[in-house]
Amino acid sequence: MTEFRMPSLGADMEAGTLVEWLVKPGDRVKRGSVVAVVETQKGAIEIEIFNDGLVSEIVVPVGGRVPVGTVLARLDGPAITPAQAAPPSLPPPLPAAAPPPAPPPSVPIVPIATAAPSRQPASPAARRLAGERGIDIQRLRGTGAGGAVTVADVEAAAPTVPGGETGRRRAGFDPAAMRQAIAAAMSRSKREIPHYYLSQTVEISGALARLERVNRERLPPDRILPAAFFLRAIALAMAKTPELNGFWEEGRFRPGDSVHIGWAIALRGGGLVAPAIRDADHRSLDELMASMRDLVLRARSAGLRSSELSDPTVTVTSLGDRGAETVLPIIYPPQVAMIGIGRIVTRPWVVNGAIEPRPVVTITLAGDHRASDGHRGGVLLAEIDRLLQEAETL
Amino acid sequence: MSAATGTPAPRRMTYREACKQAIRAAILADPRVFLMGEDVARYGGCYAVTKGLAAELGEARIRDTPLSENGYVGAGIGAAIAGMRPIVEIMTVNFSLLALDQIVNSAATIPHMSGGQFAVPLVIRMATGAGLQLAAQHSHSLEGWYAHVPGLKILAPATVEDARHMLQPALDDPNPVLIFEHVMLYNREDELEPSITGVDIVSAKIRRPGRDITLVTHGGMLFKTLEAAAVLHEEGIEAEVIDLRVLRPLDMATILGSVARTRRVVIVDEGWKSGSLSAEVAARIADEAFYELDAPIRRVCSREVPIPYSAHLEKAALPQTPAIVAMARGLVKGG
Amino acid sequence: MNDKVHLDHEHVRDLLTAMLRIRRFEEKCFELYQSEKIRGFMHLYDGEEAVSVGVIEALEPKDAIVATYREHGQALARGIEMNALMAELYGKQEGCCRGRGGSMHVFDRATRFYGGNAIVGGGLPLAVGTALGDKMLGRSAITACFFGDGAVDEGSFHESMNLASLWKLPVLFVCENNLYSMGMALERAEAETHIARKAAGYSVASAAVDGMDVVAVEVAARRAIAQIHATSTPYLLECQTYRFRAHSMFDAQLYRTKPEIETWRKKDPVRQLQAWLEQSGMLHADEITGIEADIAAEVGAAVAFAEAGTWEPVEELERFTIMDRVPQ
Repeated sequence: MTEFRMPSLGADMEAGTLVEWLVKPGDRVKRGSVVAVVETQKGAIEIEIFNDGLVSEIVVPVGGRVPVGTVLARLDGPAITPAQAAPPSLPPPLPAAAPPPAPPPSVPIVPIATAAPSRQPASPAARRLAGERGIDIQRLRGTGAGGAVTVADVEAAAPTVPGGETGRRRAGFDPAAMRQAIAAAMSRSKREIPHYYLSQTVEISGALARLERVNRERLPPDRILPAAFFLRAIALAMAKTPELNGFWEEGRFRPGDSVHIGWAIALRGGGLVAPAIRDADHRSLDELMASMRDLVLRARSAGLRSSELSDPTVTVTSLGDRGAETVLPIIYPPQVAMIGIGRIVTRPWVVNGAIEPRPVVTITLAGDHRASDGHRGGVLLAEIDRLLQEAETL
Repeated sequence: MSAATGTPAPRRMTYREACKQAIRAAILADPRVFLMGEDVARYGGCYAVTKGLAAELGEARIRDTPLSENGYVGAGIGAAIAGMRPIVEIMTVNFSLLALDQIVNSAATIPHMSGGQFAVPLVIRMATGAGLQLAAQHSHSLEGWYAHVPGLKILAPATVEDARHMLQPALDDPNPVLIFEHVMLYNREDELEPSITGVDIVSAKIRRPGRDITLVTHGGMLFKTLEAAAVLHEEGIEAEVIDLRVLRPLDMATILGSVARTRRVVIVDEGWKSGSLSAEVAARIADEAFYELDAPIRRVCSREVPIPYSAHLEKAALPQTPAIVAMARGLVKGG
Repeated sequence: MNDKVHLDHEHVRDLLTAMLRIRRFEEKCFELYQSEKIRGFMHLYDGEEAVSVGVIEALEPKDAIVATYREHGQALARGIEMNALMAELYGKQEGCCRGRGGSMHVFDRATRFYGGNAIVGGGLPLAVGTALGDKMLGRSAITACFFGDGAVDEGSFHESMNLASLWKLPVLFVCENNLYSMGMALERAEAETHIARKAAGYSVASAAVDGMDVVAVEVAARRAIAQIHATSTPYLLECQTYRFRAHSMFDAQLYRTKPEIETWRKKDPVRQLQAWLEQSGMLHADEITGIEADIAAEVGAAVAFAEAGTWEPVEELERFTIMDRVPQ
């Protein structure tokens, strides 16, 4: 049996009204026969049929207005040309590269506390500087265009403390307090968490080749870094290994609601933060890269939200191109895993029985043995390796 | 050549002469290069840029066309695709609107639309801008419109050096390149340093360094802006003057680097403000350097009228040095 | 240059095959469009096949072609692979333009096929340019420029005729006069409806030919090309034809009558040739059945090829907006 559907005659046609049937049940039709007249916004158009057969049923009566793709009539008898199967059912396949769901909208960060109705105008640069120095801009008098507070006004209000940088405090991250926090968290980790360590050296010539192709016509600010590639593989692999994605709390494991990767960022004044890239497994390469850039920028200008620091379900650290070959990370409690990415190096590699120089990277996993066993950790690393070998589809 | 030192002496010449030398050198260097346009051969060019070239190079290489802008610009595109390296001259940017179809629908689209099978290595030169009392159909600055279109590269040589040297890299580029020559520049003279034999067509240039404010401009407005910077210097304000040179793609690194130092910016553009190149530069600065700014981004542009004939009205319609000075002073000194 | 047409068995078989390939390919396109496999604007050539087949039969590989948005016929007749063409209509990266051009923008470097141009009259100046380039580079190639009767309304037609004549360029201007520019009838658009006559205003030689008769078109094209080579001047060939189907897919055809369409259908170039060949015994019915079977297989394979095709990665979106080199 074949279905005869309301055809789409143009991208701007959504529906049509059946104004006349030129066939009735029992009629024999041939490919190319005009079987109906359909009224569209451009006028009445005769509709052809693409199959031979016997009309068995009229589904939409005269006067019916139906969307494109609706079955108008049914035919008995096989389509006679075998190459011409019935028109595939609607809707058409989506492009393979359909965009993933948009990430949640981020709240713009303005490092300024107050927004009084008649507030003192201030330039963006002055606001940033005042924020960094903890100065209330409202009490300053502006000398800039329109009476706005300028950088010079902020500097005049708070001359740099003798002794230079030591007197300055970065809003959000006090280097001394941060050191204390890192000390506490790492001590707790080593005291409480029975770590196991696994490592896997991954050959990445395919991944680098894809990167090269993707970056070929991009300007430096838009290029994708290898770290984004690794992060994408890690995020997808984590999604398949829920035992390693979550928290050890009150003596038991609580899985994370999604894969939120904490991306470890070294701060210029010393110290470390690992804000979350939320739903990392649903982000494309470009989106991951954009998230990484955004986080680094905001981490270094003290623009992170507090939720970003508490959200991660797993943390990833990458030593970059100046780092060591292998990193054995310490889990950030209450998380149960941490993944380290070493420096990309060229090493002898056996390919089809011969030794060739190949780019490789060592990926390590620190796992909490209370929450998972080495076997699961091995599965995770193997999956990351597999994904990086299929870089074209990543 | 200076016989005494052995180093070539600088040569003083007009912008017009620099354009002519560039065309002549390009045609002599490559048999695929030829120039065509209205009255370029026997008349010698509407602005006398090609005067005498047809006699030297022949009328096949300096080719007069009938008044068929869409036709001969399209022919230039076809010839480029077929393997030539044409230079098409259009008398003024206002006339280029008759060829807009070929420039925007063909030259800019064919490489992408054909999946990279064909490039369009074509150069189109035209005069732009006001100042000669040519009124509303010969005086507009529409280069910003072309800078809107992906697939085109847009150049605006302001100096004699750029007039002399931007043509060759434009011809070497595999893409359609439009060169806008401001009518008030043709008579301008400057020294041409013989040791400089080439320039790039990717970067903006800082024509005068300064720490207090950045003035971004291009083409005919460069010299009014430099004049304004000199006046500001007398008042103790050091203005940095950026000559964009390349209007598409914009060299944002140079602009943002300057704004990060000075924290203030005025854009000077002979085009109108609405939907313009100056609006694009301002938007990108706001987008990419917002937290560097210590003052609003301001613009000095032409008044939103067709450029009139009468000299005093034409002058009033165009950006002038005092307006640039006042705008910059207000941003630096407040009030 | 051979300006004679030898109607031997092989040649007439080729002509019929070429027209049937276009006809069957497009019948499939019509169906695929309605099932949303093909989208955008699609303009079918049904009824006009003799024009492209006749003219392109007279061209040599060194010659260039500039066509219109109704160019499936020219593309197939010129030798662009049916697979690549179908994949292009599907928007797949295996298409001749990686799926970026679609039905209206077919380009092919290998066969000097310079579009596919969806601006009415937009191709004429380009054809002047390719002919100018070929001439300046010392090549003996000509450019065949196809355009419809609607393009004759545009200034670019007149500018291009004048330029080509003035500069003595080897352009064969082929007007596919199908009597309607979209819905606008020729006599409602043109004060002088004999298009071939317009050439006189530019000192261009011209002729009008029955565009429903592929042999007549080929003879006229060979004659025109011989004259172009002999005199180094352009030529305007008006091919009087008719499209049996709508202008594009979404067209209620309110501007013409059914009897008019039926009258023209009797002159169907494919059926006319086929009937003549069968009656004269030049082609046996069995042989035609064989040709049809081969074409059906080719069309089926093209659909399968396009279906199996892949989407160009979105990362490539901006590629070729700005070229890094001139392809050689």
